[in-house]
Amino acid sequence: MTFTKTALAATVAFGAIATTAQAVEPIKIGVLHSLSGTMAISETTLKDTMLMLIEDQNAKGGLLGRPIEAVVVDPASNWPLFAEKARELLSVEEVDVIFGSWTSVSRKSALPVLEELNGLMFYPVQYEGEESSKNVFYTGAAPNQQAIPATDYFLEELGIEKFALLGTDYVYPRTTNNILASYLKGKGIAESDVFVNYTPFGHSDWSKIVADVVALGADGKKVGVISTINGDANIGFYKELAAAGVSADDIPVVAFSVGEEELSGLDTANLVGHLAAWNYFQSAESDLNEAFIAKWKAFAGEERVTNDPMEAHVIGFNMYVQAVEKAGTTDVDAVRTAMYGLEVPNLTGGTAVMLPNHHLAKPVLIGEIQADGQFDIISQTTEVPGDAWTDFLPESAVLRSDWKELGCGMYNTETKTCVQIQSNY
Amino acid sequence: MRIFFLALVALLFLVSPLSAQNGPVQTLLQDNRAKIIKSSRKSIQPTIDAIASSGLPQAQLVLQKWQAREIWQRKADGLFFYGEKAAPKAYRLFDFDSAEPVGEFPKKQLKLVKPNSGVRALIGTSLVQFQLNDPDAALRRAALLSIERDPAVELLAPLRASIGAESNVDILTLKQRLNTLLTIRFDTDPETRIAAIKEVAGDLGVDVRATLNPLLTTDLAFAEGALPESKNIAAQRVVGEDITAAAAYEMLVAANRAPTVTTANEIRKVLAAHIVGGQVGGAAVATLDDLGARIKAYDNLAASGTVPPRIAEVEREATLASFVFYDLYKEPAKAVTDAARKTLEGIQTRVGFNQALDLGLDALSLASIYFLAAIGLAITFGVMGVINMAHGEFIMMGAYTGYVVQQIIPDYTISLIVALPAAFVVTFAAGVAMERLVIRWLYHRPLETLLATFGISIAVQQIAKNIFGTQARPLTSPGWLDGAWVLNDVVSISYIRIAIFVLALAFLTLFLFIMKRTRFGLETRAVTQNPRMASSMGINPDRVNMLTFGLGSGIAGVAGVAIGLYAKVTSELGADYIVQSFMTVVVGGVGNIWGALLGATMIGSLQKGIEWLNPSNTLAAQTYMIIFIIIFIQFRPRGVIALKGRAAGD
Amino acid sequence: MPRSFIFRNPSILVFIGCLAVFTVVVTVLSEGFGIGFLSTSFIKTLGKTLALCLVAISMDLVWGYCGILSLGHFAFFGLGGYMIGMWLMYERTRDIVVTSMASAEIPPTQQEVKDAIGNQIFGVVGSSDFPAIWTLAGSLPAQLALVVLVPGLLALVFGWLAFRSRVTGVYLSILTQAMTLALSLYLFQNDSGLRGNNGLSGLQNLPGANNVPQAIISVWFLWGSALALGLGYVLFTWVVSGKFGSVIRGIRDDEARVRFLGYPVEAYKLFIFVLSAVVAGIAGALYYPQAGIINPAEMAPIASIYLAVWVAIGGRGRFYGAVIGAAFVSLVSTWFTSGQVPSIHLGFYTVDWVDWWQVVLGLSFVLVTLYAPRGIGGLFDLISGRIAPNRHGADLGPGAGSLQEKEAIE
Repeated sequence: MTFTKTALAATVAFGAIATTAQAVEPIKIGVLHSLSGTMAISETTLKDTMLMLIEDQNAKGGLLGRPIEAVVVDPASNWPLFAEKARELLSVEEVDVIFGSWTSVSRKSALPVLEELNGLMFYPVQYEGEESSKNVFYTGAAPNQQAIPATDYFLEELGIEKFALLGTDYVYPRTTNNILASYLKGKGIAESDVFVNYTPFGHSDWSKIVADVVALGADGKKVGVISTINGDANIGFYKELAAAGVSADDIPVVAFSVGEEELSGLDTANLVGHLAAWNYFQSAESDLNEAFIAKWKAFAGEERVTNDPMEAHVIGFNMYVQAVEKAGTTDVDAVRTAMYGLEVPNLTGGTAVMLPNHHLAKPVLIGEIQADGQFDIISQTTEVPGDAWTDFLPESAVLRSDWKELGCGMYNTETKTCVQIQSNY
Repeated sequence: MRIFFLALVALLFLVSPLSAQNGPVQTLLQDNRAKIIKSSRKSIQPTIDAIASSGLPQAQLVLQKWQAREIWQRKADGLFFYGEKAAPKAYRLFDFDSAEPVGEFPKKQLKLVKPNSGVRALIGTSLVQFQLNDPDAALRRAALLSIERDPAVELLAPLRASIGAESNVDILTLKQRLNTLLTIRFDTDPETRIAAIKEVAGDLGVDVRATLNPLLTTDLAFAEGALPESKNIAAQRVVGEDITAAAAYEMLVAANRAPTVTTANEIRKVLAAHIVGGQVGGAAVATLDDLGARIKAYDNLAASGTVPPRIAEVEREATLASFVFYDLYKEPAKAVTDAARKTLEGIQTRVGFNQALDLGLDALSLASIYFLAAIGLAITFGVMGVINMAHGEFIMMGAYTGYVVQQIIPDYTISLIVALPAAFVVTFAAGVAMERLVIRWLYHRPLETLLATFGISIAVQQIAKNIFGTQARPLTSPGWLDGAWVLNDVVSISYIRIAIFVLALAFLTLFLFIMKRTRFGLETRAVTQNPRMASSMGINPDRVNMLTFGLGSGIAGVAGVAIGLYAKVTSELGADYIVQSFMTVVVGGVGNIWGALLGATMIGSLQKGIEWLNPSNTLAAQTYMIIFIIIFIQFRPRGVIALKGRAAGD
Repeated sequence: MPRSFIFRNPSILVFIGCLAVFTVVVTVLSEGFGIGFLSTSFIKTLGKTLALCLVAISMDLVWGYCGILSLGHFAFFGLGGYMIGMWLMYERTRDIVVTSMASAEIPPTQQEVKDAIGNQIFGVVGSSDFPAIWTLAGSLPAQLALVVLVPGLLALVFGWLAFRSRVTGVYLSILTQAMTLALSLYLFQNDSGLRGNNGLSGLQNLPGANNVPQAIISVWFLWGSALALGLGYVLFTWVVSGKFGSVIRGIRDDEARVRFLGYPVEAYKLFIFVLSAVVAGIAGALYYPQAGIINPAEMAPIASIYLAVWVAIGGRGRFYGAVIGAAFVSLVSTWFTSGQVPSIHLGFYTVDWVDWWQVVLGLSFVLVTLYAPRGIGGLFDLISGRIAPNRHGADLGPGAGSLQEKEAIE
């Protein structure tokens, strides 16, 4: 670390001597995604996406006439390391913006550092909401952009009357299920008709849980499963579901964490007809998407698939580029103010708008799993504005986030006070 | 957006060259074009009815094609056709009216009509009337499945009518069963229903319970004074026991039969709204940081008539005392609910028994998986006294061997037959190599063996990651292992688990055979008991140790294939099982295969038992199981089956 | 006595000297107090490394000197972190809540403040009530006491049960591993009351020190960690010297003989186990405010096994060996996984260290166990020429573990 700093100083000094006439200092973009450890599989793809986008932008002549340089670090799926690496990026490398994080814990780990050093981060993954930091733009889905519309689809289109909320035991499923339980109560579903189960990461023994879910049908109500099961555990779950002879027509499963990338590790023949809700599917039909897929395959390999967090990074990056051009500088506060109201095209058609609460307005898509590991989009809403504080939990229903007008990420509309400006992580 | 869309459709309607040459089906479909393209379960019923009741001979075909997602719309003119795949990205279309092929079109020019599964179910229900008497048995079955999924009153009559003409015995039984269930649900005559209810007594089917349970659903209701006699009441709810006082009171408030209780939060709001010059209710605002002071201030306000009087908890109790709360059956006929309850109680007893049986099967299956994972460890740890932390990695290597074999041999059955011995050979070799290179230098230093093998474990795990990536790899079981052995709707177990159980038994037998009946087993036992004596008898302890270790590792590899088949193949697969395997061996007792068997059975049933007690949190089950084991070890430090005498060593 | 104690253990003077020089040099080079040559993030890394060294010497005490291979020491380390984390989180949130409520029309009641804090802390896991274990979270002295008491109590109960039933050797190792696994699984549950998988975060922000930059706080913690390490080193060296130390080593080498000599072996072992757990807890309480976040994954069995790896590579049975091992391996690990080490291009394959570092670590660990059981610390023996003569009946040292001499020469 010390030697990088010295090296850096030397380079800068050397650069100052060599290019006195025209100092083209690059714009630095930090990429904070785990390249090793348990999250590597998901996050490496995002790192590659960023490198591709930056390469592309440089080919177009860079930004503000300056080239863009990617600074890639590896927090190794180790949560405290996210804070350390974020500090390194901001204070040693002095990057202008960070694109990174996948899990909520890693984001919450980096958050205090971002706020302390006034950095800027784009977070590309669907998450549980209940947060709005001045220094983070959330380009993934908030619960009302994924979980709630999917539940509505269950209620209205499939006529589900009894819900099994199955999740891996960590914060995203817990909070999402909390919100959903409260939402379903508001929709007239009795508490006894919501079955909740949490399993450890990588759980593989699903026979008992699948039997429990099948037994839910005993009181004559149509059962649906809302799955926030994460990662590898899905494999055993779907295998057991198939072995028990449960078809998507009997007990449909809608998953929030199963995308194209996850399906590529599975034999999808048994899963056909089960659902997933995202803001993007590779199978979305639009010219922009076709071009993006082609570019991605050329960059990363023919067998690679695209997925929702990648689209989030594409949108985030395009917005950042626009905001910098609009602000004429990479200064964090100027860029942040320039971000509000920016519109960039979605890959699924339509446009994404950056709201003053640092979330996006994006369409919600529901797809059925097909035998080839892709999704058949069967429902697409209009753009839904992301909501930082859910309306379906009493404590957060009164909260609002508006960084443009109110300058506050946690504004209590009841007492008309700003609860806090810094996040409480 | 939607209005815009409709306008666009309307515009298309005007512009597109729709003409009189369209047949009646096409016209009907075009009339409902918008709804068909963007169908929703909520609004599609009229369209389906229009098609079903159109009287057109093609109605059934249209609905079937629609349900099967085979209707395409030609983008150019918006006409609907049904199609079949002619070539990659090209479809051959047929006209509905004439059933004549229209030609082949590339996919780009077409748009698939995609009814979601809710809409498909509605179409299925409406198809029932056509399909119930269809000559094709498969279609009749499909109709019955539709009825089963979405029973409706209007389906009862056609179903009854179709029973007489049914020739297929299987389908006839199905129809009669469905008739009984629909009768319970929808018949108007209570006697017929009660007879039908009695007919299903003791039936374990989920559908039977799904039919009976709705009859017994209740609403929470209340009345002033005593319980009303005239109503079909399920049970009284005593406030404080069967229903909380807060919930009961909330009901009264909702029905406008009682005033709301003034909560602390409301007091604060009211006070805040009545601040006059830093004073409220006779108190300075700054002193109101205490609930008692606030209540006093509120009461002062109330006394002056500015706010409604405060309703305290005490008054709530008094109000509640004058009401009774009870569960009211939705079904008004008492005879029916009584019969349903009696039958259901009988069924529930049997269901409980069968659930226990199912849980037992699950536990047995889990135990066999643990046993399979631990048996290799039992050999190396138990017989040789060597701690192999890399045991899990042998399991993982076996699973990856299975994956690689499956990449080479596409036939799942043959690849499985090849994979099992291949996994054994690969891990046997790896085990022998490890024994030769590392472990034999550390036989006298058990703690060091633990650490060195751990080093190997992290290295091997990382190498697997580097080769195969961190993503889970598919290891697909052959078709004949798909599905489950179903005893009834409660008890079932997947074939793959049965196969693992058989495999575990086979290895138990094999192990016993090797140890008790072969020269190698004799030598192993000799070396285990006294290496020095054994070597002076002409046994080469080095060779025996090497082969024993290889054997243990090889079995772990085979276990890996089995585990990969039922769960997943990742580089962390082994790590998931290593702690459980150690527990199995330690709980069961070291140095004894029966101990491992007993340990696996204990841990498996324990985990399932705790899961049953706390179904919503599987993680807790694992936590409590480990704590139980820690405590168990305190009382039987040498496991269930402890070696006695000198062999126990120390 | 102190004079002779230090005289008998010259390593103390050398160690304290090195530690002091190191601390002064780092302070001078820091951003907060000096010329700013070292970045704050690197200061934090150094401070955390010192805390890890402290837990490493406590591991060395139980393993290298008493022969108990505990594979669960990170459970104590993590518990210490959780205890201090609760106070940090509670106080910081209280500051925020009180500030935000100060602008309300009516001053808040105690209960309202408490509810608001609960809502802020547990909102993320979908609850708002304070679990019972947070009762003392508002008091710094109480939580500081808990940093020592909770790990100590866990070690006491666990150790009492285990030693009483004579669970030894690998059984004990596996049992300690099961303990830390059970604890981490328990804390993973959201119902555990410590925010489940999210853990406690934002711990680097000290309540009441909002205006102090991290550049300074990081140096404070470095000083604290260095002080704790120095004190711990002296304490442990004192514990293992003298007659008490001889009994401890005797237990390591042959437990049964020591028991026959009439010593209450269980009590000795229990004392050492609890003492080292307490120190591990203190180390955790110093580590996590520097790391900024603690979550149950920190207590996973693998972390404790790595601890054993550090001590083994550094050299068991000598505290400076444990310190060297922990500092060396953890710093090198950080360096290799940071992606800053250039890849090796072999033409047909590129060795990317992010992918291959674990393999190198694992294999080097095997090699150390096989060929250099004395670890890096053994080098000091070579340098000072202090290799003990192979006397008959002598303590064969940590390398041979609990071997009797006759076995060792086989």
